[in-house]
Amino acid sequence: MAELAGSATHLRHGSSIGQPLTRRDGLLKVTGQARYAADNHPPGMLHAALAVSSIARGRVTGLDVEAARAHPGVVAVMTPANRPALALHPDDKASPFVFRMDLLQDDMVRYAGQPIAVVIGETLEAATEGAALLAPRYAAEPARTGLDEGEVFIPPMVGIGAPSEVRHGDVEAGLAAAAARIEAVYETPAQYHNAMEPHAIVAAWEGDRLSIDTPSQGLTWARDRIAGLFGIAVEDIEIRSPFLGGGFGSKGLIAGPQVLGILAARLVGRPVKLVLRREQMYGPVGHRAPTRQTLRLGADAAGGLTAIQHHVRTASSSFDDFFEPAGGVTHTLYASPAIVTTSDAVRLDTGTPMFMRAPGEASGSIALEGAIDEMAAACGMDPLEFRLRNYAEVEPTTGKPFSSKALRECYAQGAARFGWAGRPLAPRQMRDADGLLVGWGVGTATFPALMFQGQARAVLRADGSGVVEIGAQDMGQGAWTALAQIAADSLGLGIDQVEFRAGHSGLPDAGIAGGSAHTATAGMAIHGAGADAIARLAELAMADGRSPLFGAGNAGVVAREGRLLRRDDESRGETYAEILARAGLGEIEGRGTGAMDPAAQEHYAMHAHGAVFAEVKVDPELGQIRATRLVGAFAAGRIINPRMVQSQYYGGMIWGVSFALHEAAVVDPRSGRVMNANLGEYHVPVNADLPSLEAILVEEVDPHVNALGIKGVGEIGVTGSAGAVANAVWHATGVRVRRFPIAVEAVAGLAG
Amino acid sequence: MNRFDYIRPATVAEAVAAAAVPGSAYLAAGTNLLDLMKGGVMRPARLVDLARVPGLDAIEALPDGGLRIGARVRNADLAYDPGFARRFPAVAEALLSGASAQLRNAATVGGNLLQRTRCAYFYDPASACNKREPGAGCDAREGENRLHAVLGWSEQCIATHPSDFCVPLVALGAVVEIEGQAGRREVPLEEFHRLPGTTPERESVLAPGELVVAVRLPGEAAGFAGHARYVKLRERTSYAFAVVSAAACLRLEDGAIAEARLALGGVAAKPWRVPAAEAVLQGARPGAEAFRQAAEAALAEAQPSGENGFKIELARRILVRALTLAAAGTPERLPALPASPLASHSGVSLHG
Ligand SMILES: Cc1cc2nc3c(=O)[nH]c(=O)nc-3n(C[C@H](O)[C@H](O)[C@H](O)COP(=O)(O)OP(=O)(O)OC[C@H]3O[C@@H](n4cnc5c(N)ncnc54)[C@H](O)[C@@H]3O)c2cc1C
Ligand code: SF4
Repeated sequence: MAELAGSATHLRHGSSIGQPLTRRDGLLKVTGQARYAADNHPPGMLHAALAVSSIARGRVTGLDVEAARAHPGVVAVMTPANRPALALHPDDKASPFVFRMDLLQDDMVRYAGQPIAVVIGETLEAATEGAALLAPRYAAEPARTGLDEGEVFIPPMVGIGAPSEVRHGDVEAGLAAAAARIEAVYETPAQYHNAMEPHAIVAAWEGDRLSIDTPSQGLTWARDRIAGLFGIAVEDIEIRSPFLGGGFGSKGLIAGPQVLGILAARLVGRPVKLVLRREQMYGPVGHRAPTRQTLRLGADAAGGLTAIQHHVRTASSSFDDFFEPAGGVTHTLYASPAIVTTSDAVRLDTGTPMFMRAPGEASGSIALEGAIDEMAAACGMDPLEFRLRNYAEVEPTTGKPFSSKALRECYAQGAARFGWAGRPLAPRQMRDADGLLVGWGVGTATFPALMFQGQARAVLRADGSGVVEIGAQDMGQGAWTALAQIAADSLGLGIDQVEFRAGHSGLPDAGIAGGSAHTATAGMAIHGAGADAIARLAELAMADGRSPLFGAGNAGVVAREGRLLRRDDESRGETYAEILARAGLGEIEGRGTGAMDPAAQEHYAMHAHGAVFAEVKVDPELGQIRATRLVGAFAAGRIINPRMVQSQYYGGMIWGVSFALHEAAVVDPRSGRVMNANLGEYHVPVNADLPSLEAILVEEVDPHVNALGIKGVGEIGVTGSAGAVANAVWHATGVRVRRFPIAVEAVAGLAG
Repeated sequence: MNRFDYIRPATVAEAVAAAAVPGSAYLAAGTNLLDLMKGGVMRPARLVDLARVPGLDAIEALPDGGLRIGARVRNADLAYDPGFARRFPAVAEALLSGASAQLRNAATVGGNLLQRTRCAYFYDPASACNKREPGAGCDAREGENRLHAVLGWSEQCIATHPSDFCVPLVALGAVVEIEGQAGRREVPLEEFHRLPGTTPERESVLAPGELVVAVRLPGEAAGFAGHARYVKLRERTSYAFAVVSAAACLRLEDGAIAEARLALGGVAAKPWRVPAAEAVLQGARPGAEAFRQAAEAALAEAQPSGENGFKIELARRILVRALTLAAAGTPERLPALPASPLASHSGVSLHG
């Protein structure tokens, strides 16, 4: 049977995979019927409001709890004095993947926006006013807010378990031997995820059983973390997360405020809803840390890189560790005999930074792509030609071959579509009919092809239909559709004959919807589960003398459209329903697992790639910039649903525009408060900022990443795009702005 | 719950009487006021809702050829009123460059005049702000003040008035009609907003409880319709406040500038009319040199109030831009990106 599961039983014909299906949940969403976490109202539910700190560092010395409690409609005020006990201290850190939380463990304040009390009321209004009445008093200490404040140290690792230093070859020798060199310092600001849906939770206890509605990108991790904190069994926790209004990493791990909602429900013994206000999203639920990146590059007379040195200064919080791994892209992207990346960091009085869409890659890519552009200019070369000249045939820092890499095709197809040929080498050469400066830039996109661990269950039912279950998460990316497509093919059924269940902690663990790894991980688990179910069914049939498949053993069978067929004679076959009926079975079940293949990983470097071409227009006197055209060409292995994938690329490319031109948290250097903690003033692109977008899906077959050949597409669009836009601004104006987002005054030549 | 009285008067007189109680605030569309209340920045004891007050929502033609615009007319309704946009194109362009379509569909004329500054410290009750709490100090002074005032500011307050609408209005000599307990009075818009001085909490000449009932554009203001533009520099293409902006309205006679009306936005606590620059242009031939001279005159007194010295030169440049576009003639239709430097202006040579 195992042999069958591994064999080609499972060939698909007329498959769902590869079809540009529209979102299966689309109608629910556009008609308002999709039930998001905060849409739930269990009977007897109360409302909780957070009170958060306005100082960034110090202690809370007083809260007017009596005033809050006396307010009509307020039911309870939760402070460190009465917060229900936890089984684990919120600051315990069992592994690097467990992050510390602020759960009212004491009166310490470690960042602005930290929860310091929770007020629970009969209405949201009562709770909100109760929280305002707390009028906290503080003993404040000076906040540390900048990348030069406090002690600089070298973190033992960056990102999730990546080394903070990678050395390959002799950079100093490479620089010394170079015919041309550049050194540049790039700065990226703190950014916040700003998912449309704020973190929200509806929590209800029944004794020691806990029922939760909350958006989560990782149901099993969330459940395990909650079980640990409350000292209850995972079986006693049920989390429903059918839809997320975006997550971008901020909902990857359960965050402190969600746990506070659970604590509040415990305190009052009634269901409680807690929804963060928009401004409360700028503190306890993660952000992308600021970076300052110093790049030194050298190239020989022919434009071949001789050295890349990439140093990253970043910041974590004062109490926990997450260091933006911005050097990672440099390890894989361009060939160079010498590559060194290093990191150091300071500790700031902010919430702990967290993964945010393309963590590390986004910040690192915009700096590296800028520096590469500068190097190309220093060599007098076209930036695309320079990138091709330094094309990495193997992963430069490891020497491993790529499992697949269609980047050359991406460059070629993207450039052709964009019309790159004829681009003037020198900047400030192009104008449009209105006299606006026009510039073209290119950036290379890259993102690792990762997988986590996931499981799935597939069932074939007596009527021939199927069920596939997996605790997968749809953040809006289209998992409800893409994974159902894989599920249908795995069972040899049409998509409408398969009931696909996801978004619930009671289902098999699908791993985290992050790292652009969800479709690969969950997809492989589903693929395996379907194969297992089919293999069991085939075994039944082949062992049954009454079946036309009897004895098909060595030739094997094929599953297609609800039937098993003999591979050597497809006219002989029967339906799943017939096989199950004869065997007297109501259903047959299969299980599958998705995980990285360590042997393949050992031998191959696995990354998705792409090339992004951008056109911008710039007002020469006023400095206002608009991206007018973006063409991306991406190769990411097998594409399950081209429509969803295109949307992911578009979203990523728009994010790139945002990174280059718009997005930044404005932090007051004295108080440490984010001064633009709202969507009016924390700028992201609006429709009028969006260029004409094109995303080309470049064909790539990867036999090594996993059996389905899937890489990830969720994050790669951000990389390359931001750099392409910034490089286009340089090409338009001749001004190289190395501080993001690019400011009007810098482009207008007025930066002080 | 934060309790406050909510009153829905049926007449202007009732509204004024209701708002005579200290701590009252008029509620128009609430696009600014309700945000301020939610943020704990304003806590009025009484809201006097203008929604049902008759006589505030008309756009009326006046005998002198001018227009009287009721205080409750929606920004979008005004901008898309064909008669209005034809006669006062720069005002329509300014309106359509403000906020977002959703906000413009709600926001009113009176609310736009009286909207509060966007200074982030004003919105943050934990920061010191003289405008919010007289005598508390000004955290913007040494803080994030990149977009703060370069004209007319004081040590006590460096905030700007964020309105786009008011900029061409002040250039065109609009008049504000005010109703109070003592009856009706009129104030030129130019004198309506106050500079901060030592009392930044007082933003206009309105006495407590006074109601703006209408804004009037004089008939002669329509004489600029052929050469009137508004330009707004923003950090994104739409849905952003001005870094700096300018309205330029010209009356040309025999190829020379008979009269110029100019104002700047985003530079001061009020829409900033620049008579000195207007005087420079009187009788001048339109052209880069004259425009630059006007811009120099307009910003002659400008001073950075923090890390915002760049705004002074940007203000000069945007005034030159507005003048260049105005001199070229008001387009038949507003550009698809109203007031944007990135809008297409085929045929006009703008950039050196
Ligand atoms: C995110 C965002 C972006 C924006 N961007 C821009 C922009 O780019 N450009 C721009 O110009 N504006 C912008 N605005 C501001 C918007 O124009 C104002 O919010 C709006 O004009 C206020 O009108 P309202 O009717 O909602 O007033 P309200 O919010 O109801 O009232 C505002 C103030 O005016 C007072 N008031 C209202 N009517 C009267 C009256 N008749 N007499 C006396 N007092 C009165 C109220 O008491 C209150 O103090 C933006 C607003 C937001 C929220
Ligand atoms: S500039 Fe004015 S509004 Fe801003 S903090 Fe200072 S006093 Fe307040």
